[in-house]
Parts: sequence; structure tokens; C-alpha cells
Amino acid sequence: MTIPEPYRLLIFLGGMLGFLGANAAYLVYCERKGAGRFQRRSGPTEVGFQGLLQPIADGIKLLSKQVMVPPGADSVLFRLAPLLVLAPAMMGLAILPFGQQIIGRPINVGLLMLFSFGSINVMAIMVGGWASRNKYAIISAARVVSQNVAYEIPMLFVAITMVMITGTMNLEVIVEQQAGGFWNWNLFKVWVNPLMPVTFIIFYICMLAETNRAPFDMAEAESELVAGAFTEYAGMGFGVFFMGEYANIVVGSALATVLFLGGWQSPIGILPGVWWFFLKMYALIFTVIWVRWTFPRTQFYGLLNLSWKILIPVSLFTLILTAALMKVF
Amino acid sequence: MKKTAQDIFKGFVSLLTGMGITLRQFFKPVITEQYPHTTPQLPTRFRGHIELVRDKDTGMSTCIACLACQKACPSDCIVVNGIKKEGEKKKSVTEYLMDFNKCSLCGACIEVCPTDALQFSQTYNLAGTDKNQFHMDLMKRLQQQNSRDAKLLPAQTAAAVPVPAASEAPAPAATVPPTQQEPLK
Repeated sequence: MTIPEPYRLLIFLGGMLGFLGANAAYLVYCERKGAGRFQRRSGPTEVGFQGLLQPIADGIKLLSKQVMVPPGADSVLFRLAPLLVLAPAMMGLAILPFGQQIIGRPINVGLLMLFSFGSINVMAIMVGGWASRNKYAIISAARVVSQNVAYEIPMLFVAITMVMITGTMNLEVIVEQQAGGFWNWNLFKVWVNPLMPVTFIIFYICMLAETNRAPFDMAEAESELVAGAFTEYAGMGFGVFFMGEYANIVVGSALATVLFLGGWQSPIGILPGVWWFFLKMYALIFTVIWVRWTFPRTQFYGLLNLSWKILIPVSLFTLILTAALMKVF
Repeated sequence: MKKTAQDIFKGFVSLLTGMGITLRQFFKPVITEQYPHTTPQLPTRFRGHIELVRDKDTGMSTCIACLACQKACPSDCIVVNGIKKEGEKKKSVTEYLMDFNKCSLCGACIEVCPTDALQFSQTYNLAGTDKNQFHMDLMKRLQQQNSRDAKLLPAQTAAAVPVPAASEAPAPAATVPPTQQEPLK
């Protein structure tokens, strides 16, 4: 079935916005439920059955609040920053192959595009923190920049490794190469590079750091920085930042699924399709929540030490090893 | 080099161990008490405010109005009055007022009581908007407990538990303590 081009794009745009909105709203719910379960509480229970209407109540609350620009703040940048967090994540959804046919716009440098838009997230939080004219927000902005510079490097080393192995930046092709059972997933391709699982873990840790998730949530560090870069944001300004955070988690997990877990390929050879993609993606998102409610926030120098002393050398080593193995065999 | 690699590996394993622990907690049952919806099962030694012990046979207090509790109370929050009835050896209590605003729940009154006529109650729903609510008339509380039990088990207890006549317990000045309110359901 083919839908004529402008209508297909419109349908995809609507679906993407709906997907992103529903995910942002209900991942917050899942996060709170998950946090509750990990601490043997029950999480939200009051609004609707099992608290299922809680995100809607939260949304109404945020919408009914005034968005205030603090005096002396840069009002243009202040208003722009939440959108800059959310927009790149939405761009990412346009090129991610959710299923064999479900892809907004297949382009052959998808991976490059995802990484380039992923970096805007950092700039957006920096802009928000800077424009707030608040000392906590500025400290947070500075931290976000140094943290993301540190974690972008191993992430890009991993990306280069993956491009060397797959030989393409086209996400659809990368998924197709991983067809035929889970042993063909990039995660388990130990004959290409024995350190493949390590590469995946590095990618995952960097993804956590790039999306400013605990234990790397230096941007928000409530115990030290009030709410970090989001301190001055009220109402939906804050809400959009939140949506952006969850949208980035969705995109990051989806990218990890595509690169390492075979995208929409079935692990056992039956029923390939979008459901496998979502299953893998939500398993990774669950792990994000799981990690958040297991580990305490790292100290800032601990975070930089982890990146510069462990992740970068190891990822560089896997890169060189992959190159050497490819040259030899 | 080798030591560093070992350290990284050990650190990673310890992270996984931590995640395993939290995952086990994830699948264990929730231990939250949803307080207004469900009320907790209190331990038997819970320290609520004091109340008069009911004699199982008569349904009355075993208090002999010796005023030991009144004297033992470090906060001066107990007032006891008693009369000596015709044909009885000991005095019996007519009025037992307790100011819960002052009470520090030390339990000195309970320890000093020669007839074990006092105990800690199990009541904890004690929020109020007026401090007069906490001037408690424990005789009245005892009466109410009796009449409630009489209502619950009319056949067996109505005869056995005589509801004290009005003359025995004079009309209290204090309002009904909030302790009699049913917990929210």
C-alpha cells in the first residue's frame, strides 16, 4: 500500500507528534510508578485507575501556570531554550526506522543526522541556563557543556566503530544487515570485534550522560543546584524541558536498538516488525529508569574521570581493534 | 594496566550487583499503607492517650479514685473525683478528666495505678481544630464503648454490661473526644 507523498508525510508528522507526546506523558508516569516499585511504594494511585490519569492532571496543572521570564533575563533565548530541547528529538524520529515500512524519510546519512541533532540538546540546556540569569542555572549550564563534551567523544568513537563495521550510515541498511536471529545483531557480533558488548555498554552509558539522566543528571542536581538549568522555568516551559528529556531518551534508546539490537528484526526469526522494535526500545527505557533508581548521582569529577579515564580509552581501543581486525581479515 | 582493568571489571560487576538488588525489590510486594483508605494494624503496645480499663464482668472501671495517677502525673493533666458508695469497701470513680494537650504520654499514671485501671488506648486519629476537643472525659468514653458493644452484640452483652446510670457519671463539661470518630473508609 502506498500513500501519495504529501499525505504520507502529514500522517507521519501527526503520528510522530502523538507518539512523542504520549511517550513524554506516560514515561513520566512509568518513571514514577517504577520509582515507586523499586522503593516498594505504589507510585501515583489517586487520579484515575491506578493513577493512569496522573499525566493529564500534571499537564493541566502545568498549562494553567504562568510562564514568567525573570527580570534581567534574555527573554528570547529563555523562551527558545525549551523548544531547542524538544525539536531535535523530534527530528530524530523522522529518520528512525521503526519498522520495515514505518520510516518518515529514509536518508543515507541517518546516523550522522541523529548525532548532529543530538548535540543541539546540550546547546539548548546551556542557552536555557545562561538566559535564566540565575547562578544555579549558569553553574548547571557550565556543567552540562563539560559533561557533554566529555561524553560526546566516546559516543562518537562508538559510532565510528559501528560505521566501520556496517559500512554505512543508513539506519535502514544497518537494521537489514542484522537480519536472521539475535546472533546476527551487532551486539553479539563478537567475530567482528570481541569487544562488541563492551561497545554497547559504552554507548548506553554515554546515552545516559547525553540525555542528562541519573546518575549523570548534573544539569538538574536538585541537592546542589535547586533544579539546575530549569530553576527559573515555570509552567509549560518546564513541561517542555521535561518532554524534551523523555523524547531524547526515546530517541537514544531507539538508536541503541537500531545500532546494536537489530532494530525491527526478530531475535528468533519469527514476526519481524515494529513490535519487536518497541519491545527492545522500551526494555532499554526501562533500564534507564532502573539505573536511575539504583545509583546515586555521581560527583562531578567522578563523572569526568569515568569519561576521560575509562570510556574514552576503552572506546578508542575498540575502534583501533576493529580497524585492525578488519584490515587483517 | 592489569590492575586498572581489574578495577574497571570489579566496578562494573558491583554496579550489576546493585542493579540486581533493586530489581529484586521491584518484584516484591508494595509495603505502603494507603492510610486514609486502609487503617493500620497497630501493635498491642501502641501508646495512644490513656483510657480506663473496662472490667470484663461489670463493664465498669476498676478505678478506686485513690488519686495516685493525679499525683504521679508530671504534667498535671489528670483530675479524678470519686465517691464512697453505700455497702462497698472501696471508693469508686465518678469523674476522670484528662487534658491531652498537656499529656506527654509518659505512662507514669499507668505504672502507679494500684488496680491496673488505666491503659494506653489504640486511638491515633487525633487531629482537631480546637484544643477543647482534647479535654477528654474518660468516664464518658467508657460509657460510649459499653453502649457501642451493646449495640454490636445485643444478645450476649446487653444484659451482662449494665450501662451506667446518669447519676453515676455526671454530665461532663468536656466535649466528646475526637477519639470516638470512626476512621475514614
